[in-house]
Amino acid sequence: MKTLLRLLGMSVLDFLGYVGGLALLFVDGLWWMTIGPFRNKGRIRRGETFYQMEHLGVRSFGIVSLVIFFVGIILAFQMAYVLKSLGVTVYVANITGVAMTREMAPLLVAMVMTGFSGAAITAEIGTMVVSEEVLALETSALNPIRFLVVPRVMAAMLIMPFVTLIATYIGIFGGFFVGNVLLGIEAEKYIHRTLDALKYRDVVTGLLKAEAFGILVAVIACHEGFRVTGGAEGVGRATTNSVVRSIIAIIICDMLFTAFFFYFL
Amino acid sequence: MTTRKKKTDEVVVDVNDLHVTYDGRPILAGIQLKVFRGEILVIMGGSGCGKSTLLRTIIGAETPSRGAVKILGRDLLVLDEDGRNELRKRFAILFQSGALYNSMSVGENVALPLREHTDLDDEIIRIMVKMKLELVGLRDFEALMPAQISGGMKKRVGLARALALDPEIIFYDEPGAGLDPIVAGVIDKLIMDLSGKLGVTSIVVTHEMGSAFRIADRMVMLYEGHVVAEGTPQEIRASSNPLVRQFIHGEPDGPIPLRRSKVDYEEDLLA
Repeated sequence: MKTLLRLLGMSVLDFLGYVGGLALLFVDGLWWMTIGPFRNKGRIRRGETFYQMEHLGVRSFGIVSLVIFFVGIILAFQMAYVLKSLGVTVYVANITGVAMTREMAPLLVAMVMTGFSGAAITAEIGTMVVSEEVLALETSALNPIRFLVVPRVMAAMLIMPFVTLIATYIGIFGGFFVGNVLLGIEAEKYIHRTLDALKYRDVVTGLLKAEAFGILVAVIACHEGFRVTGGAEGVGRATTNSVVRSIIAIIICDMLFTAFFFYFL
Repeated sequence: MTTRKKKTDEVVVDVNDLHVTYDGRPILAGIQLKVFRGEILVIMGGSGCGKSTLLRTIIGAETPSRGAVKILGRDLLVLDEDGRNELRKRFAILFQSGALYNSMSVGENVALPLREHTDLDDEIIRIMVKMKLELVGLRDFEALMPAQISGGMKKRVGLARALALDPEIIFYDEPGAGLDPIVAGVIDKLIMDLSGKLGVTSIVVTHEMGSAFRIADRMVMLYEGHVVAEGTPQEIRASSNPLVRQFIHGEPDGPIPLRRSKVDYEEDLLA
């Protein structure tokens, strides 16, 4: 019993330490994004940030669209299954619209990003640690946070809301496809109902979540990358850790946000 | 080989009673070392003797458990971020594998310190990059990516990058390892030129005896975390210390054991 408690205590401490590490990294990154450049400590690497935005946003776009379109279809079918028995199949439009905007699009975009970009960031930074590139940066008075973390986290912060917004449209279109083509709801009616159901705050909360998830994925990916020890095997382990921890973090964060929005917004 | 005296009395690197421990295992046990401006100091010793750890501790990549290192009179671990960065601009490191930034071309690698730490014009930086690459004989390779050049070339580009900000001290981690004899000779000559013509202080970690005796003004030998010998190449060559004799002649038999295991072989087999 005592050892069990000790193990529990230790894992709680580990968890808190990990979250603390993430928070420190993020605050450090924010400092380099906002205050650092004005104190003449070193500019933001704009070219690299754009490159990362392209990597995160543009190149992941195909897979994001594909996934979210199919999820839209699935969602509409599942809703129709329940709604049909109540005789209100037409509500598919309302529900798909709201669910997509508030929940599905931010969540799925973040999940795809984790696998697509988070893993890549961890592997890249991890390899740099192993090959002494990060040490070379430090010893040439170049701060690795400014150099590596800022472009990636900033790119995620800038691009995630846009990707999510577009993904929301595509997801709703997936629902529309089912509703209109397969269930026979008139196009005009479907669109009208979707727009009717959506409130301004649905869009805002969805995008807020997207922003938070984007930061989480990028910060965790960088953090795991810097923690790599022990060669190629270490890089592999860190990449797995990065994906697993990002997914857990996203889900926890999503839950907290959703509960908060439910009660306070 | 003519005798070369240490060039000045100014101490640029001062290692004082340095202890480093990994998981309770002592790697460095009280290293005492002074490096003078303009000299080439070779740190030699077998694998696992602590020479890489010594280098990494001097440049601030490892934290000592006791003792301190002063570079140009300042301790990296005590300075604040700004002070540390100012100090870091005055010394450079050639890493064993070159440690080039793989996402940047050869030219960008060399240009990076200049872009980040100076206000020089792009045009001037372009010329300086060409000059630094010409020093290592790779002027035409600017546009290539690190993945497209050989290991030896990476190292030479690494050296060009290390030279970018005209450092006062350069640390070399196994500069000759993995290079063919000609390129290794070119790097040796470059190290000597930098010291002789520009007064750059060089600290070279190596176990290649040919190169060590060629370039050194002074040598120290590490064994099990201690400095066991120190002197000019002549003194080292004439040393009667059996550890030194065995090492510089590469003899399999002597006081330095080949077998590093502590447990008795027979006992281990029969256990």
